[in-house]
Amino acid sequence: MAVVTPPDYSDGASAAGGSRPAAVARLFASMAGEGVLARIWWTCLSIGLFVGIWEFCWLVGWADPKLLPPPHIFLGSIVEQGKYFNTATRWQVGNSMNDGPSAFESVMITIGATTMRVFVGLLIASVLAISIGVLVRYSHLFDKLVLPTVTLLSPVSPIAWLPVAIFIFGIGNGPAIFMVVIALFFHLVLATINQIDGVSPNLINVARTMGASKRQIYWRVIVPAILPGMLAVLRMNLFGAWMVVLIAESTGVGYGMGQVIMLARNTFNPSLVFFSIAVIGVLGFGFDWLLRQAQRRILYWLPDTVGKLRVL
Amino acid sequence: MSSEAPMSYSSKDAVVCRGVGKTWAAGTKRAHEALRDIDLDVKPGEFVVLLGPSGCGKSTLLYLIAGLEDATEGQIWSFRDRVETPSPDRSLIFQETSLFPWLTVWENVSFGLSIRGASKQERRTVAAEALQRVGLTAAMDKRPDELSGGMRQRVAVARALAMRPKVLLMDEPFAALDVQTRARMQDFLLDVWRDSGASVLFVTHHIDEAVALADRVVVFTSRPGRIKTIMPIDLPRPRNLFSREAETLRIQLTELLRDEVDRAFAEQEALAPAA
Repeated sequence: MAVVTPPDYSDGASAAGGSRPAAVARLFASMAGEGVLARIWWTCLSIGLFVGIWEFCWLVGWADPKLLPPPHIFLGSIVEQGKYFNTATRWQVGNSMNDGPSAFESVMITIGATTMRVFVGLLIASVLAISIGVLVRYSHLFDKLVLPTVTLLSPVSPIAWLPVAIFIFGIGNGPAIFMVVIALFFHLVLATINQIDGVSPNLINVARTMGASKRQIYWRVIVPAILPGMLAVLRMNLFGAWMVVLIAESTGVGYGMGQVIMLARNTFNPSLVFFSIAVIGVLGFGFDWLLRQAQRRILYWLPDTVGKLRVL
Repeated sequence: MSSEAPMSYSSKDAVVCRGVGKTWAAGTKRAHEALRDIDLDVKPGEFVVLLGPSGCGKSTLLYLIAGLEDATEGQIWSFRDRVETPSPDRSLIFQETSLFPWLTVWENVSFGLSIRGASKQERRTVAAEALQRVGLTAAMDKRPDELSGGMRQRVAVARALAMRPKVLLMDEPFAALDVQTRARMQDFLLDVWRDSGASVLFVTHHIDEAVALADRVVVFTSRPGRIKTIMPIDLPRPRNLFSREAETLRIQLTELLRDEVDRAFAEQEALAPAA
């Protein structure tokens, strides 16, 4: 044969027919990039590491499965735990645990209810806060009347508002949404004002020389100019919203993730606690991902600072 | 509007400054005088370059003429009207990109028309026309972040032209561009200026740029900015910038500026704490 083959520099393992090194190399190659695949890889690896340590602690007997059940235990009993999400029948005497919606439906109803409260609260808080923030800069009188109160109430922990939420809204969706709004509102107002002060004076001056009125400048220049920054602020406050909604729900909204955690606490059910934590984590992650996508759409013109920092 | 007009100016002049001064933060401890005793007449269709060391207040004068800031001394008129507020008749173009990043190129160009409530069709027509004058018809539907620095400044010029201004105020518009692009932009600006018939007030600290563009160069002293001298540039257009006359003018302007820069440096050293 006259075929010229390149010299084989590979070691014996690959020559012996195992394409494993090649596969491993491909795996590492897919992890090296910045693509979606690489990001999924690293996310899985990060979570896997955490779970692995936990499982290891259980294996060697450091983690008592009755107190800190590792993932394979609390996730293994999903169907059983799912029943506790069935809040529709829990409180009624004479109803068995098996009445009402199935375990899966119960989990979904609970997740849906909590997510809805966070979302509605977030929406109300942003619209309200951006309006108030813009008005503060728009009207000097409004500034003088409102800003001191907002600054005064801003550092108050949302927990302190919990009784107020119940006084006003009683039980139901109201107090939970109210708590989310209260937790975000004051910070968002201050952030809005901060963003307005950061708008390039050139943009405002251009609009002024073109004969724009004060209202037009606010509506057509300042509001679009601050929206991307507000989205970033909103993302940072999203996790706060998730924390507060649990506290609100645990005080008697009727159903929701917070209720389930309280139930788990009262019935000494660590598996349910960790299952709920896992669900909340995934929900928060998903929400953040959605906002990040929205941010990327709107912030398309901003330079890639993360990329610059990475090469340092 | 002021009832009494100053004695000594032609009411048809594009810009008239009489005894104009500006003190920032007047009446406070941080007060500092940026401009003093500015008397300047700009004829319709004239190209005037304001030349001076950095921080001499030439940009401040532009802002005052635009009506974005109030003069603390003296008065400014434009075509018989007292300048008190901004007007679409006097467009200002900035050094840094001042395009709205959330609008497309054509929406940026027609922003002034949308302020007046013009229909979309009218806005697009005017934008297309203005963009054609700056040679950017193809970029109409692009976003500002997709354009180079030179293209963005051309869009800014198109946006100013779309308002059909009588006076174009330009605050070091090409300062952020590289040398080659800057030379092209100067030629381009002269074409646009000839077509539009507007007066141009152009701020720069580049002597070459002043000689290339100006009918008259107004040389400023360092702070507070006063007019040191006004030098007419009588070179025929299109100008040969390598001619002996152009070289002579550059040397003269360089010497005029050198004194001011020396003075500014001496002042800054006096202000700095002793080592």
